Amino acid sequence: MRPPREHYREVVRRTPFHSRTTRANELNLWHRWRDYTVADAYFDVTLEYTALRNACAVFDISPMTKHRIEGPDALSFLNRLVTRDVARIGPGRVGYCVWCDDGGQVIDDGTLFHLQPGSYRLCSQERQLDWLTRSALGFNVSIREETEEVAALALQGPTSCTVLRALGLDGIETLAPFAMRTYALAGAELLVSRTGYTGDLGYELWTAPAQAEALWDRLFQAGEAYGIRPMGTHALEMARIEAGYIQAGVDFLPADRAVRVDRTRSPFELDLGWLVDFSKPNFTGRRALLDEQRRGSRYRLVRLDVEGNKPAKDAYVYDDRRNVIGAVTSALWSPMAKSSIALASVRMPWGRPTDELWAEIYYQKELKWNRLNARCRVVKGAFYEPARRRLTPPPAW
Amino acid sequence: MNRFDAIVVGGGHNGLTSAAFLARAGLRVVVLERNPYIGGATVSRELHPGWVYSNCSYVCSLLRPEIYRSLELGRHGLQIVPYGGGVTFTRDGDVLGGYVDKEVRRREIARYSARDADAYLRYGRDVMRQCRLVRSLLMRTPPDPTSWRPRDLREMLHVGREFARLGEAGIYDTIRFYTMSIADYLGEYFESDVVKANFAGSGIIGTALGVQSPGTAYVLLHHYMGDVDGQAGAWGFARGGMGAVSRALAAAVQAHGGEVRSDAPVARIRTRAGRVVGVALENGDELDAPVVLSALDPKRTFLGLFDAGDLDPRLVKRARDFKIRGSSGKLNIALDGLPSFPALGPKHPLLAGDMHFLDSLERFERAYDDWKRGTWSQDPYLDLLMPTMTDPTMAPPGKHFMSVFVQYVPHRLAGREWTDADRDAFRRTVFAQISRYSPDFEKLVVHAEVRTPQELEAEVGLTEGNIFHGELTFDQLLFNRPFPGFAQYRGPFRGMYLCGSGTHPGGGVMAAPGANAAREVLRDLRRGSTVPEGWSDD
Ligand SMILES: Cc1cc2nc3c(=O)[nH]c(=O)nc-3n(C[C@H](O)[C@H](O)[C@H](O)COP(=O)(O)OP(=O)(O)OC[C@H]3O[C@@H](n4cnc5c(N)ncnc54)[C@H](O)[C@@H]3O)c2cc1C
Repeated sequence: MRPPREHYREVVRRTPFHSRTTRANELNLWHRWRDYTVADAYFDVTLEYTALRNACAVFDISPMTKHRIEGPDALSFLNRLVTRDVARIGPGRVGYCVWCDDGGQVIDDGTLFHLQPGSYRLCSQERQLDWLTRSALGFNVSIREETEEVAALALQGPTSCTVLRALGLDGIETLAPFAMRTYALAGAELLVSRTGYTGDLGYELWTAPAQAEALWDRLFQAGEAYGIRPMGTHALEMARIEAGYIQAGVDFLPADRAVRVDRTRSPFELDLGWLVDFSKPNFTGRRALLDEQRRGSRYRLVRLDVEGNKPAKDAYVYDDRRNVIGAVTSALWSPMAKSSIALASVRMPWGRPTDELWAEIYYQKELKWNRLNARCRVVKGAFYEPARRRLTPPPAW
Repeated sequence: MNRFDAIVVGGGHNGLTSAAFLARAGLRVVVLERNPYIGGATVSRELHPGWVYSNCSYVCSLLRPEIYRSLELGRHGLQIVPYGGGVTFTRDGDVLGGYVDKEVRRREIARYSARDADAYLRYGRDVMRQCRLVRSLLMRTPPDPTSWRPRDLREMLHVGREFARLGEAGIYDTIRFYTMSIADYLGEYFESDVVKANFAGSGIIGTALGVQSPGTAYVLLHHYMGDVDGQAGAWGFARGGMGAVSRALAAAVQAHGGEVRSDAPVARIRTRAGRVVGVALENGDELDAPVVLSALDPKRTFLGLFDAGDLDPRLVKRARDFKIRGSSGKLNIALDGLPSFPALGPKHPLLAGDMHFLDSLERFERAYDDWKRGTWSQDPYLDLLMPTMTDPTMAPPGKHFMSVFVQYVPHRLAGREWTDADRDAFRRTVFAQISRYSPDFEKLVVHAEVRTPQELEAEVGLTEGNIFHGELTFDQLLFNRPFPGFAQYRGPFRGMYLCGSGTHPGGGVMAAPGANAAREVLRDLRRGSTVPEGWSDD
């Protein structure tokens, strides 16, 4: 039997937390995340962001695409799919991965949850069923999209561990980064992983949609004394840029969506070379990536510290001779780094630590437009990375 | 005064487009149309009081926006309104809705196959790649690949560059795309038969080929390469019916001082010493001009407007061999109210979309089998729309106009002409198909115009009733359209040009053939071009 046809009546759906997010959304600001409506901001972007860096904040990640991959060949299938060695992601562990097309161009990035031996959940920005099933020819695996079957919240920030303890998750402080553990919460199963998209100490909580509202209520109750706040997409976006994380469709174009074939990027060109493991068994794109290593990449993703205080949004990037060599893909005034920071894609060989780069920034004050050429310094790693992110047990706040 | 700088034979939308650009360049131009009304296959007539039909073409997407803009068709009264979505009805009482919202559409495809829902994006991407290639060629004269003239070399280079932009794999893909069947092509993306059937129609509309026939993948592209305001592949209505396109074009001709004459059938193109000198009308009148453009299809032009002795035997043979088989019919129906479609239910948004009733590729192929045997499809493919759901001007308030395009319908019934009884039986077949999905449809009918290829040939002048002035197969495209050596709009005599859908880039309400032909005329006359170049997507 086919699913009911009346789904068209609800064009944009509500997430399992909708009754709670609506109540919290004092600004009544929403946008669409694929099938779902989610909050841009709840009460004030800056204060939501501050809650995240200073206490903790909750973000509804239910619309994120999730696929379940199971079966005798799950490991060998996934190992052929992604560029890193999946055999090293043991049960109860999570791994950040990228996967490429045959040409070594990145289709998407995501997190791979090794739920039980031979059973994985792949979380990603884009839907992947077509690519996953085509890649699975010859493998004994079952692949199913389970986006709608899982409700999830991200709880991120310095007090997040303490809040989960207050919630009654005993021993949560022993959970290491990229590990996960299952708890029983009020009789229902709750999966907790120490993962996130903020570069901070944080957790993601996964449960059945029917448990969603109860989870939200308990979490906010437990967090009340620890500054817990809901956080919308704008605040999250600030955090992810500060963390230096890339986003599909923003910092790179998923290779299987590119109409213009020269718009895609390889893992090396996205500064994800560390995820490429040539010593593991064959994987999709391996030959092309070996070739690229030999011949050199076309582009480089750089993290820029931009002089002055104007966000370099959509700016062209120039070399010291005023040639356009790339463009900014994400930019922001970083409250934590107190600098104007940007992610940019530039042509090789530019983007070396010693290169003098310039961003052409347009901004307006009171309807008057100004143009600014700001010097940029190439920096390595995240713009902001607190030690608590990696500490186990993490500090209490 | 029967002396002109240029005469255009045929007042369809392409002839009018040519004339408008020539008039804009300052030429004294006249358009001669055989019928008492202009527009050819781009026409709206009121055959039943209060209802305006789009008698032939009924939806608009291909019309080049460059032409719309430069001839100021908006100012001359044209308005294109996009309509929403489409639907395929299934025999088990369900539907596959092509909703406008892309997530709703995805969820809908996922009802049939979750994988296909995701593959749809890959399909869209690949078709878009081909669209970009072909679009870059629409507003250009195809290069002659055998010529060493700098211009041809330059244009070949352009084609080569556009090809190269597809990347290596893209070149292989393109050749496959132009030669594959729509069934095989869809098979590379989709597993659900209903999903495939939903997309297959675009591959066979107006085409005397089946979904399994090589070459039908390109026909699909021909229906996707247009857009409405940058929405690639989107279709809309010309407000007030497709005749609004022709009316706006005629107004543009007149605004630039040109003349449009109806009831003026041309009998012959007159030539002397290797060049054209004018035309002779059927009533014996002669009009003189050093330039004559024919907007008729290539068969009608070369076999009808010239004596065989005027032309090289090779050309006569080519014109005779030109593939222009008719395969489509059309019903235009005045309805007393809105018919119900129980599988959709009342007030469903897709009542405003295009409706289709074949839910498997097998049924498509069987429909084609009937045509091969010389009869109309007993289980026909219909492209059914009620423009009045979007455009209130075409029927009295609360009443509706239903446009039903029918594939397949042969030009002759097993070799003999259609009789009135045949036509009525054909109508009943189509009514029955609609009634299966709309039980109250038939009792709402107040008038119906039934057109088989025979009527399309007799009334519109489409040889064998072929809607595209010649089939859109790879052997008749680009520098082979209509035939080798005549693809650059020039005919066999100095001053003679082709400007109809039989030339590159082919049929449909696109106006590109007419515009490109005008550009060539002005080039030969060493006049500055008034014809816009194509737009780039990037
Ligand atoms: C039933 C049907 C449905 C269609 N649906 C669509 C659609 O929805 N969308 C779309 O984009 N396209 C559609 N098409 C295709 C499109 O309408 C045609 O390809 C296009 O209109 C042809 O335009 P044209 O100017 O090249 O030729 P025509 O419109 O054929 O014009 C030629 C003109 O020449 C005239 N003529 C013929 N002989 C003589 C003579 N001896 N002297 C003077 N005049 C003469 C004819 O009367 C006619 O007016 C459809 C076509 C048909 C038949």
